[in-house]
Amino acid sequence: MPFRLEARGGHSALWSWLSPVVAIAATLVVSAVIFAIMGKPAGAALYTFVVAPVSDLNGIAELGVKAAPLVLIGVGLAIGFRANVWNIGAEGQFILGAIFGGGVGLAAGDATGFWILPAMIVAGALGGMAWAAIPAFLKTRFNANEILTSLMLTYVAQLLLIYLVVGPWKDPEGYGFPQTRLFGDGATMPILISGTRVHLGVLFALIAVALGWLIHAKTLLGFKLRVLGQAPRAASYAGFSTARLTWFSLLIGGATAGLAGVFEVAGPIGQITPSISPGYGFTAIIVAFLGRLHPVGVLLGGLVLALSYLGGEKAQIVLGLPNAVTGIYQGILLFFLLAADLMVGYRIRFTGKRPGKRQPAGSAA
Amino acid sequence: MTQEIGAVTPGKRADAPLLAPALLSLDGIVKRFPMTTANDGVSLAIRPGEIHALLGENGAGKSTLVKIIYGVLHPDAGEIRWQGAPVEIANPAAARALGIGMVFQHFSVFEALTVAENIALGISDPRQRRGLKARIAQVSESYGLKLDPGATVHHLSVGERQRVEIVRCLLQSPKLLIMDEPTSVLTPQEIERLFETLRRLASEGCAILYISHKLEEIRTLCDRATIMRQGKVVAECDPKQETARHLAELMIGMSLRPPYHLHEDAAEAAPARLVVSDLSLATDRAFGVDLKSISFTVAAGEVLGIAGIAGNGQNELMAALSGETPAARAEAITLDGVAAGLLGPAERRQRGACFVPEERHGHGAVKDMSLSENALLSAYRRKGLVRHGLVDMPGTVRFASEVIRGFDVKSDGPAAEARSLSGGNLQRFIVGREILQQPGILVVAQPTWGLDAGAAAAIRQALLDLADQGAAVVVISQDLDELIEVADHIAVIAGGQLSPARPVGEVTVAELGLLMGGVAASRPGGADAVPA
Amino acid sequence: MNGAELFTSITLSVISAATPLLLAATGELVTEKSGVLNLGVEGMMLVGAVIGFATTLGTGSAVLGVAAAAFAGAAMALAFAVLTLSLLANQVATGLALTIFGIGLSALIGSAYVGQPLKPLPKLDIAGLTTLPVIGPIVFGQDALVYLSFAALIGVSWFLARSHGGLVLRAVGDSHDAAHAIGYDVIRIRYRATLFGGAMAGIAGSYLSLAYTPMWAENMTAGRGWIALALVVFAAWRPSRLLLGAYLFGGITILQLHIQGLGIAIPSQFVSMLPYLATILVLVAISSDRTRVRLNTPACLGRPFNAAG
Repeated sequence: MPFRLEARGGHSALWSWLSPVVAIAATLVVSAVIFAIMGKPAGAALYTFVVAPVSDLNGIAELGVKAAPLVLIGVGLAIGFRANVWNIGAEGQFILGAIFGGGVGLAAGDATGFWILPAMIVAGALGGMAWAAIPAFLKTRFNANEILTSLMLTYVAQLLLIYLVVGPWKDPEGYGFPQTRLFGDGATMPILISGTRVHLGVLFALIAVALGWLIHAKTLLGFKLRVLGQAPRAASYAGFSTARLTWFSLLIGGATAGLAGVFEVAGPIGQITPSISPGYGFTAIIVAFLGRLHPVGVLLGGLVLALSYLGGEKAQIVLGLPNAVTGIYQGILLFFLLAADLMVGYRIRFTGKRPGKRQPAGSAA
Repeated sequence: MTQEIGAVTPGKRADAPLLAPALLSLDGIVKRFPMTTANDGVSLAIRPGEIHALLGENGAGKSTLVKIIYGVLHPDAGEIRWQGAPVEIANPAAARALGIGMVFQHFSVFEALTVAENIALGISDPRQRRGLKARIAQVSESYGLKLDPGATVHHLSVGERQRVEIVRCLLQSPKLLIMDEPTSVLTPQEIERLFETLRRLASEGCAILYISHKLEEIRTLCDRATIMRQGKVVAECDPKQETARHLAELMIGMSLRPPYHLHEDAAEAAPARLVVSDLSLATDRAFGVDLKSISFTVAAGEVLGIAGIAGNGQNELMAALSGETPAARAEAITLDGVAAGLLGPAERRQRGACFVPEERHGHGAVKDMSLSENALLSAYRRKGLVRHGLVDMPGTVRFASEVIRGFDVKSDGPAAEARSLSGGNLQRFIVGREILQQPGILVVAQPTWGLDAGAAAAIRQALLDLADQGAAVVVISQDLDELIEVADHIAVIAGGQLSPARPVGEVTVAELGLLMGGVAASRPGGADAVPA
Repeated sequence: MNGAELFTSITLSVISAATPLLLAATGELVTEKSGVLNLGVEGMMLVGAVIGFATTLGTGSAVLGVAAAAFAGAAMALAFAVLTLSLLANQVATGLALTIFGIGLSALIGSAYVGQPLKPLPKLDIAGLTTLPVIGPIVFGQDALVYLSFAALIGVSWFLARSHGGLVLRAVGDSHDAAHAIGYDVIRIRYRATLFGGAMAGIAGSYLSLAYTPMWAENMTAGRGWIALALVVFAAWRPSRLLLGAYLFGGITILQLHIQGLGIAIPSQFVSMLPYLATILVLVAISSDRTRVRLNTPACLGRPFNAAG
């Protein structure tokens, strides 16, 4: 290799927050190149993608609405990832939260009563937790890899959703479209800022960030999770229960994903359809990493990735770019982030040697 | 005759009487790393058929030097000559082509592969890999190193695994065989057998470079010794003409003080603090050892040493004592009269028992966390560092500072990451963290392995001091010398079973060696029987 | 249909369902044996599928299409390898990034090809042999990729068990420190194993878009890449068990198509869940024998290697 990696012997605090910045910058550069290749003017395209969506107050409000599920799920996932528990099935847990919470909302019909929304919220959280409990059980009892089990359950959840909206929950007055009826007024999330779509879920996302920070920085539980993730044998030595921490890691991710699900369907969407999630559960994984698994970082990361969704939608309308472009950018962003993260633990020393050649004895290192 | 090289110009070889010309000669080797200069003008000469010791503590630079000889590292300056001609050894394959073989301290064996496959991996020349099984059988027969080429390595004992390493080297007809700390994992009888093999090789003209810090072995086996300290050669001598004490002092650079303790007096009627009774545990690890009916008692003020070669159940015993593996019955382990066999580690600490596991990084400490956080790891209950689920950070930092001060831990303070500490300092921290929790019972495993003499002495003294204050201390160690020094009673663990504990004064090294090798003293032939 | 015809027809569909799984899993097995865990199989398969389709459509040559797909899969794997082997990034996160990227990239490239028709891969047709009842179409009437899947499995099996190169690869996955100490270039060996896995995943994807259903649709792998990963665990990293696993899953996939035909009144979505539920069951069954898992798993799987220490 023409360079050598030298361990720093610690974590560079500078690079811990610099690497997301570098990654974002690099992604923008690559985006400009991709735009150019596709024959769109790079400057205008970048403007459409990055600046135009938030150029007015309504845009900023929309940013908050889009970021809410990402931040909510991201906070829950980050807690689990720190413990090295890889919940990849947040997408499925989101769907189950939407189903449970939305189910309660649909059952309420046109009734209004102060109990409806809390019941929906609780049901949503429970739905997500129940779906996450399956991989938790399988991992602690049978040692089954949680990445694969939680992921398989995502496919199952999607199929379950389709079944419900084309079958028993289909809106009889919906002209045969696969969708439920709209939620009644008593089952719709209240708007917090009039004139926008900012709903209760946005508030919950902020509360989640605060609670997440508390757990991470101040509690013994947060400490236990970090130890489990960094040194499982040390966790065992300290008497921390790996099984209980694994359950907690998965359930917290499931709960936040489920909450995000019920807020989405009872908030901005207003009904249950097969496409309630443009991949929030997966994007939230990127959000968690971008935010260095830290609740405040997750908040910032959620805003960045929400922007990429809004930008993708605008680009589709204004520039005629296909929707899939958003997925590419998110993937590239994660790649650059992982690459830049190297700098947190290592220094690069250029040795100026041709790759593949070992130095002969006597030459300078 | 010892030559103190420090008094002469560094970098020059002392004049040796002319015998055979040197097989390998190193002249002024320098190797620098970012943090340290590992080799600072090292010169060395080995003659054919000579058993040459390379003596020094951890960090003296022996491993680096040897890696340079084997082509794993390249020197920044200096010359290497092989059979008189200057050479550059680019990589291990080149070293092997010259005729240099190396048996590593931490065996380069592959657990999931067979003996023959393991050996094939160490042979670069495809032609030499033909007919391998037959050649392995022949060499192992002829040198008395019994091996089954088709056996999977993970089933082999540590001594057998070392044989794989040695046979792998022998098959390439080496002219120089480098052995890196070969005896730390062998019983005394296996060590004798190894020495016979090495003497035979030397008589056939193969030179041996024997790296060790075990003074008695070097005095028994080696013709010449080069002593290194802090990257430099400090002396060259004939070890058979030196006392072990003098060699040790050359190695450490200062005179040794024997450890001081009171424990001989504490024999009468002290209350039993740790009672293990009929502890049997099936292992759930892949290559683990079942514990079978282990029983022992440790009284207040007593130090019990548990000797044994690695892989005979020490890890399982440690896990059972610390609570990481629950026992089958609560009464199997009693702490100060309380049946604790089913309690987890945190509960056992609340009952006054503390533990120092064998591995520092990843088990006793988390390397990416600060010393304060590492203090929290085991002390959070006994030191009251958590209230209502919230961590008392200032209290934790205070405790970590106490440990650092009290045990002379060289670090950048409580916020320093554990990985920034040297092995010796981290071990001082871990032992200090446990001792400052004022346990009534302390169990430590391999407390001083890999440590320099200064840190090792400090830790042993700390253990003795704790016992003098009335605690019951158990030391599990592979180092018989260490146990004889600190323990009142000694038992041997072999194959998951524990021999009865005997007072240290009444038992001989030979008896211990037999027990460690799994041979009961009462077999016909007794201590003279040669195990198969 | 009579009994023999029904049997033949079912067997043929099982084979075609199993082949992409077998191809992808064989590649991933080699990668994992060297100690690298590449979770990006789904993304690599999708990119292989779309590139294979586009190339075949554009050049008219299926050979070029499959080759391009292999190349595309290897290119994706190269990105993964650079990040995880040279830049020491976390393998789980990088694999996920590869999948997310692959889904998006394939959708972008494929947007121009949705709904375009394509001739399926030609099947072998030997006069006299292919027309034999039952055996004819099954053994002598398959397309090239099916034969390739078997050849690759046998080749990999031989390579790992018998060749020195395979021995070195296994050693690297067992203990990369020991392999390095002996003098083997751990990183280079892992690069090669990872690129091979990528190429195989690309070919597996091209089978879907060129033979299984000759067309392109967004996300057409529908989780097969993840199932292939589970298959490697199921096979305990042994090639012979991989064959069994791939065909078992192929069978389950086909089963779901026939259940409705058998008149069992289950909503189609639940039937479609079968392969995923089966994957979970299989994982549970294999993983619960912890000793066995530990014995067979390459000891260094997923652990990064840095020669500087």
